[in-house]
Amino acid sequence: MIVEHLYNYWIVIVLMMTGFYTVISRGNLIKKIIGLNIFQTSVFVLFISMGKIIGGTAPILTHGEGHGEVAYSNPLPAVLILTAIVVGVATTALGLALVVRIRELYGSIEEEEIHEMDEEEAL
Amino acid sequence: MKRNPIVREIGDFMLPAILMFALYVQFHGDYSPGGGFQAGVIFAAGIIVYSLIHGLERTQRILPPAVVRAGVSLGLLLYIGVGFACLFLGGDFLDYDALLPHGEGPNNPHGQELGILLVEFGVGLTVAAVMVTIFYAFSGRRDDR
Amino acid sequence: MALTALAVVRLRGLLAVIMLSGIYSLISAALLTTLDAVDVAMTEAAVGAGITTVLLLGTMTLTGADEARPSRPRRRLLPLAVVLVTGGFLVYGTLDMPHFGAADAPIHQHVAPRYIEQTASEVGVPNIVTAVLASYRGYDTMGETTVVFTAALGVLLLLGVERPRRRRRDDGDGEDA
Repeated sequence: MIVEHLYNYWIVIVLMMTGFYTVISRGNLIKKIIGLNIFQTSVFVLFISMGKIIGGTAPILTHGEGHGEVAYSNPLPAVLILTAIVVGVATTALGLALVVRIRELYGSIEEEEIHEMDEEEAL
Repeated sequence: MKRNPIVREIGDFMLPAILMFALYVQFHGDYSPGGGFQAGVIFAAGIIVYSLIHGLERTQRILPPAVVRAGVSLGLLLYIGVGFACLFLGGDFLDYDALLPHGEGPNNPHGQELGILLVEFGVGLTVAAVMVTIFYAFSGRRDDR
Repeated sequence: MALTALAVVRLRGLLAVIMLSGIYSLISAALLTTLDAVDVAMTEAAVGAGITTVLLLGTMTLTGADEARPSRPRRRLLPLAVVLVTGGFLVYGTLDMPHFGAADAPIHQHVAPRYIEQTASEVGVPNIVTAVLASYRGYDTMGETTVVFTAALGVLLLLGVERPRRRRRDDGDGEDA
């Protein structure tokens, strides 16, 4: 069956869609940011699972024996994801700072209430 | 939190271990999993644990926000400074082969190791200082709910 | 992992949601370790379960504590339909992808073997990920450090350095000391 070869992608898709659903269907801003984090982490798992070689090991050179006999898993996705994690926490911190300011300005962090306040202002 | 003896004792006990582990991860990043980012985050986590137990005021007396902000810039400057040092010593920008006198062959592993050490330290310093700065900003905000 | 993610969607108490997101990060760090990406796992554990949880708790302290019950019945069907359609397209897209763990996948062919083989002689550092990050792709790491620096700048501009006075709604500017 094709499932046993592709199941890692499908697991990631389930997680990704859960995060996506949290972002678009919940109005609370903090929950949206958490949903975005879930989405991000699932993408990290996707990349790393693509870099895995079955029978390989962590990409750290072992001393002594020649490397010809040891298979290493691909280090390049790991490098990319390392950068992505730190950038992700940077954007999360900025997003949360914005949430704090929105709360001070509007008194609420629910998306619907903020829209209502903006519409009242506009009238 | 200060009044809870278990949390306080365990926190005080673990804090030196956390900071030492951060330094270990930083400088051992060449031989084991680790490197600048992990070390910076673990160091900041140690500082945050201390601040949660003993309060923000005392933490800010030990690590004033101005010093931490200086650390943010210094780490990045160290990184770029290493790049320029490579440039002035004859190689390309961030070409660490130029940092130390050449051994045999076209590549210079010792220069590379020195360059990586310095660069990762710069990254670790910036990341730790940034995390602590963001934490100070969030917890220093007056709660006017 | 999927269970924690689903619980995050359903629960309304924000403290529980934040704790669950920390658990989610920890489980994903364990998963990443079994996938041989040990540097990434360490970073994800420290960042996801440490820093992000602390920042979320700080934000929750400064704002409300719970998600509000929707005042008018939100139409839950539309987001669910969007999510299912997108998921379906993504699954269709994965049918052509290389099998999990195959050693002859295209991404293992040209660049990665060159880095693995040349690291010992060119860089001399056993940890290939650190060698690539700091030496072969040093520019990218410089850019990333700049991004982290900019995040600190942004948060300082938004949340200020001193304790702020309360601003009225018609003041649009940022804080001054």
